[in-house]
Amino acid sequence: MCLAVPGKILEVTGDDPMLRMARVSFSGVVRQVSLACLPEAKLGDWVLVHAGLAIAALDEAEAEQQLADLRRILELAPELEPEPEPEPEPEPEPTP
Amino acid sequence: MKFVDEYRDPEAARRTAEAIRRDTTRAWTLMEVCGGQTHAIVRFGIDELLPPGLELVHGPGCPVCVTPVELLDKAQLIAARPEVIFCSFGDMLRVPGSHGDLFAVRARGGDVRVVYSPLDALELARQHPDRQIVFFAVGFETTAPANALAALTARRRGLGNFSLLVSQVCVPPAIEAVLSSPANRVQGFLAAGHVCAVMGYEEYLPLAERFRVPIVVTGFEPLDILQGIHATVRQLEAGRHEVDNAYGRAVRREGTPAARALIAEAFVVSDRAWRGIGVIPRSGYRLRPELADLDAELRFDVGALVVAEPAECLSGLVLQGVKKPRECPAFGTRCTPDTPLGATMVSAEGACAAYYRYRRRTSEGAA
Repeated sequence: MCLAVPGKILEVTGDDPMLRMARVSFSGVVRQVSLACLPEAKLGDWVLVHAGLAIAALDEAEAEQQLADLRRILELAPELEPEPEPEPEPEPEPTP
Repeated sequence: MKFVDEYRDPEAARRTAEAIRRDTTRAWTLMEVCGGQTHAIVRFGIDELLPPGLELVHGPGCPVCVTPVELLDKAQLIAARPEVIFCSFGDMLRVPGSHGDLFAVRARGGDVRVVYSPLDALELARQHPDRQIVFFAVGFETTAPANALAALTARRRGLGNFSLLVSQVCVPPAIEAVLSSPANRVQGFLAAGHVCAVMGYEEYLPLAERFRVPIVVTGFEPLDILQGIHATVRQLEAGRHEVDNAYGRAVRREGTPAARALIAEAFVVSDRAWRGIGVIPRSGYRLRPELADLDAELRFDVGALVVAEPAECLSGLVLQGVKKPRECPAFGTRCTPDTPLGATMVSAEGACAAYYRYRRRTSEGAA
């Protein structure tokens, strides 16, 4: 239920912080989303949307950093050898 | 989709799993708290990429699964009233109460509607001034800002025909309950990324310290989950017990301050009963006293209803990571998504439903 989907703000409407809304594109599917939690969100920002509400701003620099960290960890790994054939697992005993 | 696809790269996932295997020297048991993560783990087979002995057990982070039977019965009583339009997220409709589910109420003529957001229910209240609109406000901290906003907006607009049946629960007290149980075998946690997107992760620091367990804030895509597992294992292997953030693109230490402010304006912390687990002190929210007129339990006078939990379902043990779904004798036989004994078989995020959907054929017969 805590599913939240990233989307990009196409348009912001309203001034009242509690009633501010945005049109948000989720890979082309556009929905109205409340910006009550993100008073500083603006056109072009990426946000995480749950139950009709933008609950967090997405940070592109952090996203890059996470992928860079991942590459660094993987580069530390020794040259990958070809995957050995997995040992055949014994057939599970059928339970009655 | 940006922020999603790059975290689903199968080659990167395979190599991250390789790094986990390289860095794991002992058996460890980790718990992913959130049902959304459980679903992703079983769907993508992430647990099957891990080295032998590195086990994932599934946590209580499925709001549909932990909503007590008593509240489902109250929902059905309210939904059956002729003046009520009862609104809910879709996955609550099939969860069995003592006598059937909300679909059965609808079949008997109750006006039960699925909405995507509590704000949609608020809009229904504006469109139907002659009806009572009740929203089933189920959720963890992730959903609390939306429910809070609905309550506060209803108050501001003076919508007298809107109320909330509140079942809001919180993650940190559930982690504490798992760690305090004598049956506990969890040594590290993947904390629920979207709960932390709202709340931040400061409240996990004392838990990590007190119970000496690493807690790693983790996202929902396969690479996020593998990175969360890797960060947890590296801490365990090094004898550390800290709070790490492996979901930096969405989670900041302080969370989303305006979201937390909305929660504080609408709710106060309260004890909550968890289905299959029992009452956990200070483990959820109820409406603030000044918003009590928006409380559907009071408005429809169902607050006094007391209902016992059914005994045959093991979901309480599954939700605490003590049992796996296939250890239940009813799994896949007397209990299926069509005839569920408990909510963990109903919700898409319930551990039993995830195993039934993705593991039944490949693992039949294996305990």
